[in-house]
Amino acid sequence: MTRSELISKLSKINPQLYQQDLEKVVVTIFDEIMSALARGDRVELRGFGTFSVKTREARLARNPRTGESVKVKPKATPAFRMGKELRERLNSK
Amino acid sequence: MSGETITRAHLTEAIHNQVGLSRADSAQLVESVLDEMSKTLETGLSVKISSFASFILRDKSKRVGRNPRTGIEATITPRRVVLFRPSQLLRKKINAKIK
Repeated sequence: MTRSELISKLSKINPQLYQQDLEKVVVTIFDEIMSALARGDRVELRGFGTFSVKTREARLARNPRTGESVKVKPKATPAFRMGKELRERLNSK
Repeated sequence: MSGETITRAHLTEAIHNQVGLSRADSAQLVESVLDEMSKTLETGLSVKISSFASFILRDKSKRVGRNPRTGIEATITPRRVVLFRPSQLLRKKINAKIK
């Protein structure tokens, strides 16, 4: 399912709302999650899952082709952990 | 890292303020979005939200694990998990502060 398919599903459930507003709703939700993570906040959506930021320390890695060592800067990665309800729904069959 | 926790209530408020829908409609839409995403994953299809992330399904076969507390071996049953693949944009935004 893509972003646009999600919007058309919402518009089927909510025929009274403007498609344009539903598009904004979807944009707002994912933008809010993204800016929360950019601030270093967690996003906890019970039943669905939790979004968080994990930090990776600086490390020395090797260029696999040349064997040279390269310094890798510290970085942050977004992470997602499934909620209990979703995990059960995916594994019920 | 500030460490605040954003919940459904924050998303509802953001929709109410930015889109101008009632709080009730906004709350119901947050629920519908999460429910539609869950339903899609439940049917075995992945969810791709461009410029945010993809939620891809992976089937894990059974393997032997260990209870980290007791050290007793246990079989981990086969299961379906969600692989979260953040978009380049999301990765970039999260690293913006570090640079």
